[in-house]
Amino acid sequence: MESYELTFEPDDRYNAFLAVCKKAPYGKGKLSGIAVAVKDNISTRGIETTCGSKILKGYIPPYDAHVVELLRNSGAAIVGKTNMDEFGMGTTTENSAFGPTLNPCDTGRVPGGSSGGSAAAVASNMVPMALGTDTGGSIRCPAAFCGIVGLKPTYGRVSRFGLIAYSNSLEQIGPMGQTVSDISTLMQVIAGKDRKDSTSYDRPYTHTPVADIKGLKIGIPGEYFGEGVDPKVAGVVKTAIDRLEELGATTVPCSIPSMKFALAAYYVTCTCEASSNLARFDGVRYGPGADPKKSWHEAYKEVRRAGFGTEVRRRIMLGTFALSSGYYGKYYAKAQVARENVKADFARIFSEVDLIAGPTMPSIAFKLGEKSDPLSMYLSDILTVPANLAGIPAISVPCGKAEGMPVGLQIMGRSFDDERVIDAAYAYEQAVN
Amino acid sequence: MAEDQVIVGLEVHCQLDTKSKLFCGCSTDYRDDGPNTHVCPVCLGLPGAMPVLNKRSIEYAMKVAKALNCTVLHESEFSRKNYFYPDLDKAYQITQYDKPLAEGGYLEIESDEGGERRIQLTRIHVEEDPGRLVHMGNAERGKYSLVDYNRAGIPLIEIVSEPDMRSPKEARKFLNKLRATLEYLSVFDSDKEGSLRVDANISIKGNERVEVKNITSYKGVEKALTYEVTRQKNLIRRGVRIERETRHFIESTGITQSSRSKEQEHDYRYFPEPDLRPLHVQSWVAGIVLPELPDARRERFVAQYGCSLNHARTLTGELKLANFFEKIVAADPQGLSTLAATWIADTLIGELNYRSMSLDSVDAAQFTELVDILKQGSITDKSGIEVLRIMLDQHMKNEPAEAPAAIVSRLNLAKTSGDTGIITAAINEAITENPKALEDYFAGKGGALNFLVGHVMKKTRGKADPGELNRMLVEALKKKEA
Repeated sequence: MESYELTFEPDDRYNAFLAVCKKAPYGKGKLSGIAVAVKDNISTRGIETTCGSKILKGYIPPYDAHVVELLRNSGAAIVGKTNMDEFGMGTTTENSAFGPTLNPCDTGRVPGGSSGGSAAAVASNMVPMALGTDTGGSIRCPAAFCGIVGLKPTYGRVSRFGLIAYSNSLEQIGPMGQTVSDISTLMQVIAGKDRKDSTSYDRPYTHTPVADIKGLKIGIPGEYFGEGVDPKVAGVVKTAIDRLEELGATTVPCSIPSMKFALAAYYVTCTCEASSNLARFDGVRYGPGADPKKSWHEAYKEVRRAGFGTEVRRRIMLGTFALSSGYYGKYYAKAQVARENVKADFARIFSEVDLIAGPTMPSIAFKLGEKSDPLSMYLSDILTVPANLAGIPAISVPCGKAEGMPVGLQIMGRSFDDERVIDAAYAYEQAVN
Repeated sequence: MAEDQVIVGLEVHCQLDTKSKLFCGCSTDYRDDGPNTHVCPVCLGLPGAMPVLNKRSIEYAMKVAKALNCTVLHESEFSRKNYFYPDLDKAYQITQYDKPLAEGGYLEIESDEGGERRIQLTRIHVEEDPGRLVHMGNAERGKYSLVDYNRAGIPLIEIVSEPDMRSPKEARKFLNKLRATLEYLSVFDSDKEGSLRVDANISIKGNERVEVKNITSYKGVEKALTYEVTRQKNLIRRGVRIERETRHFIESTGITQSSRSKEQEHDYRYFPEPDLRPLHVQSWVAGIVLPELPDARRERFVAQYGCSLNHARTLTGELKLANFFEKIVAADPQGLSTLAATWIADTLIGELNYRSMSLDSVDAAQFTELVDILKQGSITDKSGIEVLRIMLDQHMKNEPAEAPAAIVSRLNLAKTSGDTGIITAAINEAITENPKALEDYFAGKGGALNFLVGHVMKKTRGKADPGELNRMLVEALKKKEA
């Protein structure tokens, strides 16, 4: 299948890549010879896959993630693995064990996260497209901060088989690219049922974007322009929404009252799932090995203490606590109720509108080191986590600048309405370019 | 209920005999192969691998649920049971927690007092087996341990009973009946090593209960519980309060040992497995066709073959035994069934157990021949046993199998009836050699006749028809007296 070879020797001054394939094999097909970068939490056979963590240093998967197999089958050249917040836990890519990625638009700022490496690789033209993963905004945030396009598909539309799990019920693999067309092309390749992922749906994507949003009704939630959202960012996004109206859409105000609990529900769910997912990293089967002279539980402790970074350990401990006997009902069970409420709010709104639009992030890209307090970093996920809790598709498309930095317009749609979300982003992109 | 009534409940884990594992396509037929040869990213728990439920294993579990009269729930769900241990590659076991596959149900066993007793069940759920540790050196201070993940992901069902059993013996009966039922359903192979594991909860009425783990054999259950009953009753007698604890059964010594208390402080942090969808399989129940189960077969053996209830119970208590019996009598049910039932249930099982042999090593055609010879009355029962023993020993020593008729003629075992000369000679010898017995007989001591019969039997090597021998001996003695 892979009978050709692409030479790939990028000038990676932003530390976007953790692994580079200088001679990347490729084959024939829709993506023949196109360089695609893959986030480092997606398993690639024969290519080191670390999730940005020391605990997986040296781990070379013996199998390809389903999406990687699909990319290879369509002729793409997998040119490297991109940097990320360790296991996807972060909004800046500063939590990588292998150093932060820099924002190509301003190297004093973060690229966003956790798919910061993929975003920087695309934004700096090292590759035209990349795969990211989005658990609470990890594709859309760096897309917005770096000025590229990124889609979190509907939950279940793209197979997660081979994605090293952080929070299974929230995360999706999705495309990142310079244009909406690139996003659509990648979706044609990666979407569809995979029998190895029981949560995937038989909903392949065969669409070609159409720049037509005439007659569509777009809801504008008040919460997306409220407290905590930088007025300059809000201003840029409002202008973009005006543009959507000029293109024939109508907008109506709406409200997502459950957003009050969205962040809490998100952080309880993802830390609980993470505490379980990350328990397998014990130094027995892969990664840096445990000391065989120690008792197994002592060796486990040592491996995990040395292998995990601060943020990962924090989230494992939070999740372990929240699931522990006597607290399950107070945290995990409650978070699932809140999650149902978010879903119900979206269902209600989507019975009246076709799409929802607002800013992707409440601010422009942070300065490096600016978000040293974890809580303030968590708060910056407020506009992206609702789509993950509800499982709905959401795209971030560049819509102008504030203080010279890119701003993202976020468009969300009904479950499995990824095509319409892409069309709306495409219509906007075509109108402004 | 008596003051010191024993109360037992069981949690039985059985491997389902599917071709592939519970969440991947790896073969379950690993027992003769090297370590870590039946593994893939899923059952090794490699990063990124996801479980896909094996439909067949759910069908098997539902067969069990239906056979045990359980209610399959409208919605069941898999959960993660989180704990660290080197044989658990994901550091969680995918099992079922608050939404099991089925609830309720019962199993009927023969109670200690005779008659049937209904043991209520709590639930049946499906889960994956962990891998296996192999300790190099002894378990306490071994040099190191090796881990084999071939077993990881083998489908298990856990059947939980209510605390309805009243003695260790009843617990064993429950287990035997359960095994028979699973075998009749063709979902379980009890011959496979480690295919069954039991945790038992046992208490003496009014006291705390103790959980005994690590019981891996049918005999072990009775042994472990009998030990516990004695231990707990002794403590109570001495006025010591029974602690609620977990104990481990040590098969080799037959005792239970307290687990270190730290191991009991598990908090498994269950939560729903996000990579699997909830199960909605209740509608399958109606379509499940159950085969004839042990109770029905037992009734049929009584009605069709005229077996005694006890024989029928023994014969149908194991699928292979029941099949063997029906094979033996197939050609001549009228003529052979009573004899075959007796010879299988009362003799063959004992001879096999004595040699630790399985029924598989008995050739049905040859056994039929033996029963046929016995039916014709051409050899005595004693000779029959001798022939059977030779057949089994030949099999055990891998010697060429001799037909029963050939053994009879080689050893000249045919009854001596008609050839009274041999018997008369033997009687005369016996009388001459045992003057004391003769005296006793004339003195009216009853045992003396049996003593002489024994001697004559010995001299004729069991070939004499006991009735004929008796008659001739008494006659000979009368002559002596006269």
